[in-house]
Amino acid sequence: MSSKRSLRRQFLKNGAALAGFAAGAISSPAGKLFAADAPSADLHAYGQRSHFENDVRIGSLAMWPIVPGARRDYGFRSPLQDSMGIITPAPLHFIISHGHEPPDIDPREHRLMIHGMVDRPLIFTLDEIKRLPAVSRLHFLECHGNSAAAGPTGEPRKALAATVQDTHGLTSCSVWTGVPLALLLGQVGVQKGANWIVAEGSETGKHSKSIPLEKALDDCLVVYGQNGEALRPEQGYPLRLLVPGWQGINNVKWLRRIYVVDQPYMAMMESTKYPSARLDGKSRWFESEMGPKSVITRPSGGQQLGARGFYEITGLAWSGGGAVRRVEVSADGGRTWKDAQLQQPIAPKAHTRFGLAWTWNGEEAVLESRCTDDQGHVQPTLAGLNKFWGIDADYYRLPPATADMGNFNAIQPWRVSRDGSVSNALL
Amino acid sequence: MRCFRFWPALAVISLAACTTAFPQAPNYGNLGRTPSKEEIQAWNQAIGPQGKELPPGSGTAKQGQEIFANKCAACHGPAGEGSQLAPRLVGGRGALNIPTPSRTLANYWPFATTIWDYINRAMPPKQEGSLSASDIYALTAFILYRNDIIPEGQVIDATSLPKVKMPNRDGFIPQRLEDIHDLRARGCGAGHCP
Repeated sequence: MSSKRSLRRQFLKNGAALAGFAAGAISSPAGKLFAADAPSADLHAYGQRSHFENDVRIGSLAMWPIVPGARRDYGFRSPLQDSMGIITPAPLHFIISHGHEPPDIDPREHRLMIHGMVDRPLIFTLDEIKRLPAVSRLHFLECHGNSAAAGPTGEPRKALAATVQDTHGLTSCSVWTGVPLALLLGQVGVQKGANWIVAEGSETGKHSKSIPLEKALDDCLVVYGQNGEALRPEQGYPLRLLVPGWQGINNVKWLRRIYVVDQPYMAMMESTKYPSARLDGKSRWFESEMGPKSVITRPSGGQQLGARGFYEITGLAWSGGGAVRRVEVSADGGRTWKDAQLQQPIAPKAHTRFGLAWTWNGEEAVLESRCTDDQGHVQPTLAGLNKFWGIDADYYRLPPATADMGNFNAIQPWRVSRDGSVSNALL
Repeated sequence: MRCFRFWPALAVISLAACTTAFPQAPNYGNLGRTPSKEEIQAWNQAIGPQGKELPPGSGTAKQGQEIFANKCAACHGPAGEGSQLAPRLVGGRGALNIPTPSRTLANYWPFATTIWDYINRAMPPKQEGSLSASDIYALTAFILYRNDIIPEGQVIDATSLPKVKMPNRDGFIPQRLEDIHDLRARGCGAGHCP
């Protein structure tokens, strides 16, 4: 479907980066190019954004077959550079489906079966699930490969010209509405000896993922709503699993089955694709929880400062371990830090918006942000992460490998040059 | 517990009754219906390392060779060497303790049951579900044999498949499946595990 479109997007993006200079304001790499698609639907019936607004996800779904030269499905990235507040609009929420198109599911036909080590296996219709007491919760979703500087997506992420969409676009945040999985598991009666669930989707390939029962009973949700309306097809319509704070791969879309079992089932993705590499040849598997992380979205890579003077440095912080407690911002590459203001609401395992007033004096500056969560965990520097992994900066200059270091959450530096241009200063 | 708060004087005698009068999980009536055994069997495609759910049937590498040529070789290559369209399934048994390791089925996959499970749920693309259980046993046997993991004549079935030890089974931290679930006990924190 999309190799042509993604090429067009790449073209638009590059063109916009060249054309995106403006004085006295921060201009975005996505720019504000005129969109060719004129509004056609009745905006009074179902609204659309203004045709002056044209941010899009960037990615490629070229898996079957792979178009030579096209990027594989390493995700459609969300345009964080223009994000406002903490909610990602559903049509801009990042997507990874491992090359599988969203199935076209009639909600009246959809069923969720819960079975295995349970007293009473049950099949639910969507209507029945909607009749159960619902909750709505703010949660981020992030791919474990988001911002990975090594591995197959390392090149565009490391590029000087990388935007925050390139570097961090595989995270998004929504208000999710659904039923606690614990409630559904209570209905079927989990048996003694059960320790895990296997969640399974309905797409071609039927992605399946093992999740510990403690997590399933703790805060997992079976959701049908996103930001006040039904899930979008590419987000799992009509039903998906939400596993707050854990690697995106757990959040099975088009959910059709929960199988209660005694041990992890070692499905293909979890046992062969998602373990993180160690230099001794061993792999860490089921790392699961995403660490404390933050990124400045304005000013960020590819943007352009105008005249010197006041700017608000703003960005997003989140942690799979809990709520964001503190975000510090540095304008001198991490030598000195100031506490940023955190905007309400601050929810556990959700994007949190931070901001700090800053006066640009026209000199070079390196902007960084650092998140601390309510577990006391602090977002590491790249050097800190490298030390933990036993690698040095040269590691990131190696050719792309099939293995990578997941859950990359190092501090992201953006360099503001004297001409006001902003570039990626990770390496 | 709620019973004690509401009726402290009757706590002792009402304790037993309370568990039924106030069950822990609220009763949402008859929401959901009980699936038949056949429905569960039809849906239950997940195969774990113990292989408990593996269906009847069997196959050998020799039988798998022909199915592979017809159903898999177009994308995975005539000898399973991989192509632009699909990953390598045979060979590539290089080292993993180098900075840019190549992860292949032969040098990386920890469980042979995963091969059966993944073929069954996902292969071939756009014809998922078209292979019989014995076809999948035969394909699994073919892939394992070509990677020198089983002898050519070995019959792969529900009993023998879970017993196949993959070369990299011990290459994961933590190694024991029962140790995986507890991130804190594993020393994981801030998004990373040792």
